Formats: sequence, C-alpha cells, structure tokens
Amino acid sequence: MLDVGRHPMIDILAYSELESVEGESSSFKATIRKKSRYVNASICNACGDCVAKCPVKVKNEFDMNFGVRKAIYQYFPQGIPSIMTIDGTKCLKITQNKCGICSKACVKGAIDYEMKDETVEIEVASIIIATGFDMLPVSHLTQYGYGKIKNVITGLEYERLINATGPTEGHLYRPSDKKLAHKVAYLQCIGSRDQNNCAYCSSVCCMYSIKDAMLAKEHDSEAEGYIFHTDFRNVGKWFQNYEKKGKNDYDIKYIRGRAAEITEDADNNPIVFYEDTKTQEIRQLTVDLVVLATATIPSKGFQELARKLRIETGKDGFVQTNSRLPVSTSRKGIFACGFCIAPADIPESVAQGAAAAGLAAQIALSRAG
Amino acid sequence: MEETRIGVFVCKCGTNIAGFLDVSDIAEYSSTLPDVVFTKVNLFTCSEAGISEIKNAIVQHNLNRVVVSACTPRTHEPTFRAACQEAGLNPFLFEFVNIREHVSWVHKNDREKGTKKARDLIRMGVARAALLEPKEFIEVPVLNEAIIIGGGVAGLSSAVSLAKRGFKVHLVERSNKLGGRLLDLNIIQPEMTSAKGIIEDILHEAENLPLINIYKGYKPVDLKGCIGAYKMIVENSKKETKEIDSGVIILASGTRMLDPSPYYGYNGRNIITQYELEKLLSNEDLEINNNVVMIQCVGSRNSENVFCGKICCMEAIKNSILLKERDDRIDVYIIYRDIQALGHENERLLRKAKNLGVRFIHYSAEKPPEVTKDAVKIYSDILNREFNIPYSLAVLATPQIPHSDAQELSRILKVPTDENNFFLEAHMKLRPIDFATDGIFICGSARWPCTVNEAIYQAEACAARASIPLGNGKVKVEPINSLLDEDICRGCGLCVSLCPYKAIELVNTDKGKKAKIIIAACKGCGVCGSTCYRHAITMSHYKDEQLLAQIEACFKE
Repeated sequence: MLDVGRHPMIDILAYSELESVEGESSSFKATIRKKSRYVNASICNACGDCVAKCPVKVKNEFDMNFGVRKAIYQYFPQGIPSIMTIDGTKCLKITQNKCGICSKACVKGAIDYEMKDETVEIEVASIIIATGFDMLPVSHLTQYGYGKIKNVITGLEYERLINATGPTEGHLYRPSDKKLAHKVAYLQCIGSRDQNNCAYCSSVCCMYSIKDAMLAKEHDSEAEGYIFHTDFRNVGKWFQNYEKKGKNDYDIKYIRGRAAEITEDADNNPIVFYEDTKTQEIRQLTVDLVVLATATIPSKGFQELARKLRIETGKDGFVQTNSRLPVSTSRKGIFACGFCIAPADIPESVAQGAAAAGLAAQIALSRAG
Repeated sequence: MEETRIGVFVCKCGTNIAGFLDVSDIAEYSSTLPDVVFTKVNLFTCSEAGISEIKNAIVQHNLNRVVVSACTPRTHEPTFRAACQEAGLNPFLFEFVNIREHVSWVHKNDREKGTKKARDLIRMGVARAALLEPKEFIEVPVLNEAIIIGGGVAGLSSAVSLAKRGFKVHLVERSNKLGGRLLDLNIIQPEMTSAKGIIEDILHEAENLPLINIYKGYKPVDLKGCIGAYKMIVENSKKETKEIDSGVIILASGTRMLDPSPYYGYNGRNIITQYELEKLLSNEDLEINNNVVMIQCVGSRNSENVFCGKICCMEAIKNSILLKERDDRIDVYIIYRDIQALGHENERLLRKAKNLGVRFIHYSAEKPPEVTKDAVKIYSDILNREFNIPYSLAVLATPQIPHSDAQELSRILKVPTDENNFFLEAHMKLRPIDFATDGIFICGSARWPCTVNEAIYQAEACAARASIPLGNGKVKVEPINSLLDEDICRGCGLCVSLCPYKAIELVNTDKGKKAKIIIAACKGCGVCGSTCYRHAITMSHYKDEQLLAQIEACFKE
C-alpha cells in the first residue's frame, strides 16, 4: 500500500466515487466526485492534534464498531494518503454549527468546514475494477442469534479482536464481559451455500477459520478451537498441510456438521446445537465465543457501479468474465480483478491484478504510440 | 572527514514490538550510542507519517546514516531506503535492525531480556551503520526477448500476450505438438465450452504472430546468465542443441497425471481415470449400459501426495452432468471426501448435478471404497450404511503431479521446488507468479494444479510482469555484489565452483587466469568472499571492517 502511495506514476483519488464514464476503450472520460474531507489535503500532515481535542466519539468502523474514533479521524494508522477526514454526519460544527475545536487545534490551518465535494474529469485509456467484497449481514438468520447473543461475532470482527493493533490489542476478550474467550466455535457457511441467501461458496472461510483458531492458540495456550464445516474446502497451495497442522499441532477439532441453532446460557455462553454428521448424533457444545464465517458478497454499491460502467454481472452479482478472458469484462477496455469477479484468495487476487494491469497498460501504451 | 551523524528510529509496530519490549528504554539507550545524534519512537515507522519523520529528521538534523529498528528487510527495506533517497541521503547509508522477528516475537515471555537483546542488536547496527559507504544501483541492459518453457495453455497465452506487445518470444515445448493438456480434454466448466475450441483459438493467434519462434521437441539442458542476458541451451531427442538468448524466462511446464495402476484395480478398460473419461466423452458413440461410479481423491490427500488435486471434483461433476445429459438412464455415483466446488459458478454446477440425479456418497479416508470385478463397495459414514454398487465404468480421480524431471529443470534454472516438487514462487501470497530469482516467472499447473481460467490469468500476469524489464530495456541491480582484486587473485577457480548463481567465471588475462564476477548475476551471498583463501574477494556492501565492527559491538555493551 505504501508503495502505491509513494509511486510517482500513481495518482490516488481516495474518498472518491465514480460518477460516470463516457467514451470507449483507449479514450474513456471518467467523472469522479472527490468527497469533501473538510481538511485541506495539501496542508494536513496527520499530526493528530485535532483528533486529541475532538469531543465527538463515534463507533470505529475499521475496528468493526468495537472501539471508538473521533468525528475527525484517520480510517486506520497506516492508511494512505496520510491525512485526516472530518465525518460530516457527526461533526458538531458541520451538523449544528457548534464546537470548531479542531480548527483551533490545527496549527497549520488545514481545517475547512466550508469545503465542498469536488468533481474531477479524467481521461484514461482503460479501467480496472477491484472493488472487493462485503460480508452478508446475517441478523435475519435468527437461528445463529447474531446481534442478539453478544458472544456471537463474525469472522471480520474476530480479525479485529485478534489483531495486535486492534481494539483489544490482540486479546480475545469476548463482547459480553470482556473476559478472555478460551473455547471458541467457528461456524462455516453462514449464508453461503444457502439457497435462500448466497447459493455459492465463499471460498476463503474454511482456511481463514483454521488460521483464526491457530491464532487463538498462539495467543493463549488454553485455547480450544472447534470448526464446524460441511465440505472442508482447503484446495490451494499447501492448504492440506495447513489443515493437518491445525489438527495435529494446534489440536483444533474439525466437526462435520452445520450448526442448526445457537442459544445462550445464564453466563452468556453460546450453546451450539448441531448434528455430527459422521456419527449421526445430535449434540450441543457450550463455548465462550462463536465466530460466524459469513458469506462474502460483492461490495456495497457495486451493482450501481456496474451499471455506470455498463458491464455485465452474473447471477450472483459478480462481474461476468469467462475462462478464455478471465480478467476482461463485457466492455472493451474495462478489466476486473479480485473478489469482484468471484470469491478469491490473496495469490489469486494478486495474479489477477497483474494480469489486468498488463492488459490495461497495453491499451494505454498503444494509444501513446 | 565528514562527522558521522546517525539517526535511530525505533518502531512499536503497534503492539507487535511495544507489547513485549520496553521501547522507550531502547530509544533512550540508542541515543547514548556513539555517533547517534537523533532518536525517535514511531507507532508504525512504515506508515506515511513514520516515513515523513525519517525524511524530516534527515534534513533537520543533518543525518548521514539512518538506522531503523523494526521488522524485517524483506518487508520494508526498499521503503526505508527510498525514504532516505527522497531526503537526499544515499539509500545504502541505511541499516535495518530487526527487533520484531528476532526479538519481540520470539521472546514474548521475557520482557527484560528481550529489551536487552534489542539494545545489543541496535548497538551492532549502529556500529555497522557508521562504516557504511554510499553506493549506486547498477543498471544492466535487458534483451527484449523472452523464453517460455511449455506450450500448453499457460505458455501459449503468455507467448501471445508478449508477442502482441511487440516482444520476440522463444517458445520451447518438449513434445512435438503445441496445446498441452487441453488437447485431451473435452468440455471446460463452468461455461461448458469446448476445450479444443479454447486451445485452437489461442494456437491460431500464436501461429499468426511472427514474433513467436517455436522450438518443438526441445527441452532446456543448460542455462547461463541472469536477468537481461540469459543464454539457454535446448536439446531435442537426437541430442541436437540450440542456443537461445533472452532477457526473461517464463516457466509454464505443466504437470503429468499420476500413474493410476496401483489404485482400485485400474485396467484402462472399465476402470479408468477421470482424464481418460474426458476422451471417451468426446466420442459420440460411447455406450454405457449400467452405473458409472466415480471415486474421488485417488492417490491424493494421502500420505504420499498430501495435496488436494483441486480440479478433480469439478471435473467429476462436469462429467457426471455430461453423462446424465447424454442418457438419463445412466446412474452416476460420485464417491467423495469433501466436494471442492469453490466459487459461485461451481456451486451452481454441483446443484445441477444433484438435480439431474447424480448421487453423492461420502466416505472417510480411514474407510476407502473397495472395487471388485463387478461392484464398488463403499461405507458411507454419514448414512452409516454400506453400499454395493454394480458398475459398468469405474472412474478414478487421480491428481496432476509434477513432471518426473521437475528436479532437473529446477536445477538448470536454479529455481526452487516444494516438498511435492511443484515449483515454489517467491512469496506464496504476495508474489505468486515471481520466482525469487529476478527475471524468471511461473504460471499454470507447474506451480500448483489449476483450472484453465487460472492458467490464463496467471499467464497474462507473467506476461505483464515480464513486460516491465523487457519494455524498459534495463533493470536495476542492487550493488551488494562481490568485488575482485585482480592483483591478488591467483585464478584457482575455487569461487567459480562454489558460486550458487554461476556469477563467476575464469578468464584468461595478460596476467594469467583470473576470476571474473558477472555483476548482474551476483546476489551478494558472500560464499566466494568467505572462501577465497587469498582474500581477493570482498563483499561491496558487507565489508570485513563493517562486519567486524558489528561483531565487536556485540560484546562491548
């Protein structure tokens, strides 16, 4: 990311949305709306004086709402470009014309409450879509109790908890009582491979759940991991070894069975009801924490973007490509890579990124002559 | 002489370092070391904020050496070097001290001793930094031609892609025909398009591009040189050789199918492989009058081949659909351990097969099926019952495995393989199509079993990566190479035989035989420098005095 940020040939338009695209391959004209940060990007050096003084506390989206941030904030510490942004929906000065403390705190005078969105037009030879994914909201899957049972969280929320720079500094403190969770169940196919939700396989969850359970064990030698799966889909390079390592070296229990329901006991411990399909027994398991591997879906707003770009999407809402032209969209000069084509892991996304870059560059170079 | 002014930056790496070591003690200690005029603690030195602090400090405090004690050079050395350069300091006056992998992560339980070790390492880094010398990157010209090994879908796709960009391509294929595995396949899922259609399309493109030179029946036997100037010898079955020059190499040598004969009474007639079924299915007159039983994970996911064949489940599902669509009266059974139908298209095909009436029966590795003369006996642990299924065709899903000469190719190209003999890329996640050796790239199933779709985008990715040096016509090589003092060298040739990169050769000079270092090929590993009994070779960025100063500092405290 830092390499991209520092590259002299890369112009970053962060906090921006594509409005429209006209023209055709080798001469597209893109209209982009740069959303107002209320902070002058050329002055701000992200010193953080404004953040320290800002009185408004808001849930921190980057920490999956576990922690808090201020109304003036940086999305995350290593983010690029390294500048502050005022959340216009939360800032007291912008919403109620009160406060204004950050402007006083900023010795460089970077704050500008009057700043408006700016529209820029750029001419490009080709376009690459790499919009990634979001997680399927699962509170409607009431059998899992997400949103009601405090100690049922999603895989992405777990990522923030187990992360050394996250809201709990890497300790697996469970939401209900902030006590260390030792016994954790990881449930696969939550909304994936489910005809009523996402009929497809999200592809990355089996492996990340093994990783999650290993991390828990590395942080806490008393950790116990239980992965509930149907088909255990670990096909990538060395993934089978990883699966074995999880079982043999980390003592993770792999249970073939989809959880049917989760309830909780008086101490807020989730109880997982399931059938162990290998023994045909209906069982229950009381744990400290449940992690749901929720389905991955095309990122929010992607369908609208696809309409603007006039590219075809498939039944599940991902970019339509084919085996012969795996990173090309239905429109000439527009390419795609990563999760927006289909659920993909890191090496797949990286290779697709290089492929798309090569094809996009070819158009740009032939235009340049 | 200019006064030595060292700046030390101590990174907290969030809590990765600060959680286990006393970072402020380390910083305070660093400021007492000789020549250190500036110290700073950062939350993330690698963040944009951290980088600008380094740059500002260089300018404001007139630093002429920078030491960052943080993570590993593998992740951020280029970043910090670039920061130095942008602030006007030669990037080789930068020294990296690793207090994360070498200290905080491995001494999590002993804060005091960990902190002491970090102090020691920084003291050593500072001692070496004081003696660093400015260096310039070396530019090496790149011949704008590529060698591609393998004429299957991956090799051909990258050849077409490179030739379209105007680069000459030398395509080396060991067999006498191009097209590889796809020539034998029938239909490609998920689109259910003709395999021959895909490969003929690519072949047609390749044949119409005059920049592609094809060497059929040849395989590599020797390789010299390095990025920019490779010289490959290829040989055919008549032992005739040709020499090919190129700037880069793309390896797309593919795989072979595992020999099925040890498994389940394979006979090639009514007990065949899934791969052989492909050929049968392209035959219009195929007659099957009884059940077809497909057995998955044959010779894979076992102790011999730990890996999953990756594409076999979808191949079985696809073929089961084709069989059912051909004749609905055929009963098809797929006996599986885990159905690998990843992604959105594949899951749809799995459902289609189920809707067409294909039966899926689960088995566990402990109780594999038995194939007798006329039936497949299988215990389903999920249903807790045994099936005895008569068959007219039993189909074994054997995996692709590396070629038997993968090791030889690995030796010739000096690129590594993994424990299964698949070629091993530079970084499993972040550099999936590069080798650690500059100028050699990898795509297709030689890296890991893959679908046609994956082979094609990996090939496009290789072409894209290869286009960078080919298009620039030059590459920058890090100046950490070995240096030879010709007056001292006796031309004994010891270094020539020990160099793992073939970067040293013996040449005749006016003063007799002397070693000659090919700078572009030298990786600066130091084998030659440490073995030369005449001390004629020094390492340009790891000089004896720099290393000795570091060692002395280690015991100084």
